[in-house]
Amino acid sequence: MDGLLAIPRLLADLGAYLLLVMPDLLPIVLALATPLALGALCGVINERSGVVNIGIEGIMLTAAFTAYLTGFALHETLGSGPALALGIVVAIATGCAVGLLHAWLCVSVRADQVIAGTIINIAAFGVTGYLNRLVITPSGRGGAGVIPALSLPESVTTLPLIGPILAMFFEQGPIAMSVLFLVIGLQVLLFRSRWGLRTRAVGEHPRAADTVGIDVLGLRYRNVVAGCALAGLAGAYLTLESTGSFQNGMTGGRGFIALAAVIFGRYTPIGSFGGALLFGAITALGIVVNVRPPDGDLGALMKSIPSFWYAALPYLVTIVILAGVVGRSRPPAADGIPYVKEGRA
Amino acid sequence: MRQRLAALRGAAWRASRLPLLSTALAMAVAAVIVVASTLFAGNGFQPLLPVFAYLNLFAGAFGSGTAIVNTLVVAAPLMLGGLAVGLGFKAGLFNIGVAGQFLCGAFAAAVVGAALADAPAFVAVTAALVAGALAGAALAFIPGILKARTGAHEVVTTIMLNNAAALLLAWAVGDLVRAPGFSFARTGEIGNAALPVLLGRNLHLGIPIAVAAIFLIRWLLERTTLGFEIRSVGANPHAARYAGMRPVYLVTLTMTLSGLLAGVAGAIQLLGVIGFYASGISASVGFDSIAVALLGRSDPIGILFSALLFGAFRAGAPLMQINTDVPIEVIDIIQALIILFLAADLIVKRVFRLRDRGHAIEGLDTVTRSWGDQVAR
Repeated sequence: MDGLLAIPRLLADLGAYLLLVMPDLLPIVLALATPLALGALCGVINERSGVVNIGIEGIMLTAAFTAYLTGFALHETLGSGPALALGIVVAIATGCAVGLLHAWLCVSVRADQVIAGTIINIAAFGVTGYLNRLVITPSGRGGAGVIPALSLPESVTTLPLIGPILAMFFEQGPIAMSVLFLVIGLQVLLFRSRWGLRTRAVGEHPRAADTVGIDVLGLRYRNVVAGCALAGLAGAYLTLESTGSFQNGMTGGRGFIALAAVIFGRYTPIGSFGGALLFGAITALGIVVNVRPPDGDLGALMKSIPSFWYAALPYLVTIVILAGVVGRSRPPAADGIPYVKEGRA
Repeated sequence: MRQRLAALRGAAWRASRLPLLSTALAMAVAAVIVVASTLFAGNGFQPLLPVFAYLNLFAGAFGSGTAIVNTLVVAAPLMLGGLAVGLGFKAGLFNIGVAGQFLCGAFAAAVVGAALADAPAFVAVTAALVAGALAGAALAFIPGILKARTGAHEVVTTIMLNNAAALLLAWAVGDLVRAPGFSFARTGEIGNAALPVLLGRNLHLGIPIAVAAIFLIRWLLERTTLGFEIRSVGANPHAARYAGMRPVYLVTLTMTLSGLLAGVAGAIQLLGVIGFYASGISASVGFDSIAVALLGRSDPIGILFSALLFGAFRAGAPLMQINTDVPIEVIDIIQALIILFLAADLIVKRVFRLRDRGHAIEGLDTVTRSWGDQVAR
């Protein structure tokens, strides 16, 4: 009975604690959400045009590797700044290249799209692990480091209210900052532009789109490639902005959490960004509790939960959310179905 | 008689030529990659490296009695894992969660095996195997029931469960069942629960169990009502529903059975090879199983042969890496290429100028279809 009465008080304590650690929590949340959000945007663009992409994980991993490799190979001759910039370009190009493979398999060959994604995931794991063991590990050298955050002049950061927010925003580094613009931009484009209308038409009813003269296969190709470019950017974020190093399989399921964020966000850019933020927040909680545990009963309770449980929490929450929300989140009608022009079976 | 034999041979060739040619093509492309990558590595351009690598791969897999036994030992969990994925494919389900179910099976077998280490061998082995099977089934039941009841796609939920299971088992082995007297967190000695060795150094009981499972699943799919219903749901859930079958029940049951097989795979690997559970034991069987099922076209006999092939790859790879410095990961590349060529059979047909059409991969086109589709109730 005593335990039951304590629950509201513990919840109140939890709320107070979250408010207290919010300034520490928010940057971590944004950092954790960035690769998820970029991957989710890839998923939104792909699935809105009718192509299922479970290869996001593999694209991220491949791009993370090529980005790191570029910095690794060039930072001594070019200096780390240009090498990092080039690394981002290479990551995006890698995303496009793998996206082209996926589009070819899904749109032209009309292979099973889930299998096509699986191919990308397995190949990415193999190729990056192979090259990592062959090129990077034996050299014993490091990469090009991480992209430095922009520092604002003190006159701006000391502004009341917006100062700290701006400072926090700029501390995130260019890729994380670009996510906000990409999310808003894509939301507008998808629902307010000609490209968006056509993309949604191709994903919902390709036959009708074809009838009014939209190039269904061409648009699917372009959108898959464009989406995968963003997944490539997510890879660059992991190695060039977040950690500065590459480990085999370092994406750790982020591509799949991104897919869950897409479903959670009902196939909209802003919604899936919300999903990415939610998953980032749950992961961040586990980190913050370790660094700065709350006081009193709540602290005792939260510290008594093993760290492995906090680590597993985002995955478990993903499952719960998928199960709870998916019934109300409707995928595009032609999602995953290859399009065959009439009379060309 | 001779005519029937010839017909059988023709059928076998038709069924196996695409997988065989895909494998050959994948190894050829991987060879090109190996040669190309010598340009970047320290030792200079070595055009013959793949030949030496593949010779070592073959020697490592079949070069001696020990090597052959080792190949069989590696192939056994792949047979069960391949069956797990293949059975799912038959019902239109993609169980990518074999890795997690494998770990759960291994963990349960390790815990029960350690508890019964002093019991009579028959009791200990049986109990540990059953525990492993049930643990795998329990983990797969979750995505199964979620898919059936809410439509949550099993590709995402099983991957999430893979990660969650690995973390929670790491916690369990560290905090719940850690055996005293070891410098790292692991379960206790399994004693009498170790699978009996039948032949050679380590040809353990798990190998006949895996082969028996192949024929059991073949019988299930082709000779029983349940198998027919599973295949019907995979082919067309709406038609199956209309014919009076219960897709919700069948989806859950198939997923659970699939997890059961994966759990047995984990159990025999633990009881026959590893001997104890510690976090970080390899669950690479999980992803290899997908390749095995695809190469075997979800057919139990096909899975038997493709598991042997991948078992040979995995068993031979260490010798290849030691003798030629070609990284083991080349096996992953070959695997991905094999599936690529199978999925895009267009390429294989063009390269080898195979003519007849309409021999697309069966049982796969349903997997993506279920992405946007709710299970018919």
